[in-house]
Amino acid sequence: MSSLSVDHLLGIKYLTREDIELIHTTANQFKEVINRPIKKVPSLRDITIANLFFENSTRTKLSFELAEKRLSADVINFSAAQSSVKKGETLIDTVNNILAMKVDIVVMRHPNPGAGVFLSKNVNARIVNAGDGAHEHPTQALLDSYSIKEKLGSLDGKKVVIVGDILHSRVALSNIYCLKKLGAEVMVCGPATLIPKHIESLGVLVEHNLKKALQWCDVANMLRVQNERMDISYFPSVREYVQQYGVTRKILDSLDKEIVIMHPGPINRGVEITSEVADSDQAIILNQVENGVAIRMAVLYLIASKIKRDD
Amino acid sequence: MSQKTLLNAAQLDMTLHRLVCQLIENHDDFSNTALIGVQPRGSFLLDRIARLLQSEYNISNLKTGKLDITFYRDDFRRGEEPLQANSTQIDFILENKNVVIVDDVLYTGRSIRAALTALQSFGRPETVELLTLIDRRFSRHLPIQPDYNGRQVDALGNQKVKVSWKENDGVDAVYLLKTENS
Repeated sequence: MSSLSVDHLLGIKYLTREDIELIHTTANQFKEVINRPIKKVPSLRDITIANLFFENSTRTKLSFELAEKRLSADVINFSAAQSSVKKGETLIDTVNNILAMKVDIVVMRHPNPGAGVFLSKNVNARIVNAGDGAHEHPTQALLDSYSIKEKLGSLDGKKVVIVGDILHSRVALSNIYCLKKLGAEVMVCGPATLIPKHIESLGVLVEHNLKKALQWCDVANMLRVQNERMDISYFPSVREYVQQYGVTRKILDSLDKEIVIMHPGPINRGVEITSEVADSDQAIILNQVENGVAIRMAVLYLIASKIKRDD
Repeated sequence: MSQKTLLNAAQLDMTLHRLVCQLIENHDDFSNTALIGVQPRGSFLLDRIARLLQSEYNISNLKTGKLDITFYRDDFRRGEEPLQANSTQIDFILENKNVVIVDDVLYTGRSIRAALTALQSFGRPETVELLTLIDRRFSRHLPIQPDYNGRQVDALGNQKVKVSWKENDGVDAVYLLKTENS
């Protein structure tokens, strides 16, 4: 197969294993490109991409923007904070106004789950979901799985634990779908208040004891604790969370093997992981950031390749 | 599909030797030269030329690389399937080097145009030359001509030139392919 089975990237749920592998293979080539002295290729020179961020984001937005520019696309940025969305304009009106400027691809982050799916049915552009509420964050899952594959060779049979606030995490859900499709075993670990009920139905294991989870896994993907959650009693205190779910050098040294540590960033140093762990050789956090650009270039390249000029 | 042999194994071998000798005439000990094969098919020709230069003409320290041009092509989104990339393997910069682009068949010239653009990502070469095994003359869309050429062929648009390599296809030969009803 050399073409994606989908026209939009709305979530990992809609991708096949072959789609994910095609994105990874294409990202390999782009990783080589972004390590050249001149990191730019002209592939998307006649494509215009709008980055619509209805929710704050720094890293994802930067990563997408860099990917777009390295593919030579024309890029426009939209941030809800400075827009008429505040005055009550609907999503479809906002996007259609932008599309009237002849935009081909919309990269959208939105606080509402399913916003990307809704948009893909109502506007004439290719949609790339850059995170929709607590639903999906497909490019993060694609770059996470790519980074694990790069480190361990394959995902088949590998054991990955996702630690932290699973309940509110779009990264967790996309990762679960993606890792399972690639043949990995997945466990989630965190306080009972932050693990969704019936999550086992997705085929994942649940563990509340961090030490046991780390003993089980090959890879630990640590999620960020959102500051806003700290005030609303999902766990008694940050101090208690750190004691029970923070990864320290001491815990890692107590294991009888070396595991890979991941984090989607930005890290709350000393909360999810200590600085010592974050900066150690076991952590592949900066590889994840680098791979993020290559993965987003691959996604945009493959989605753009489905746009014919007579669309 | 009918098939006519343009070069058999012996003729192909002789042609490769001639091309290699012409390269030596212009590049001497190759100390400031890099041979760059265009992926995928040009890399077979590159490997064969490099092997001849090293084993039969004692050229040491030969710099070779393989260049993928997928992201530089001008037919992106014009075919049914997206263009799939091959790997690029160039672990040196081309700044001030004499570069020889190597490809098996020169047809419209669009691939070489893309290769010239792609090369710029690796520095500014002193000179760039083109070596092709087969030149399908009268088929050019762009003003591109080879500096070293194995054989010129006059082929119609519905005909195809196929270069077969022993290591990849089991036999050394160049064929002209033609569909029965064309």
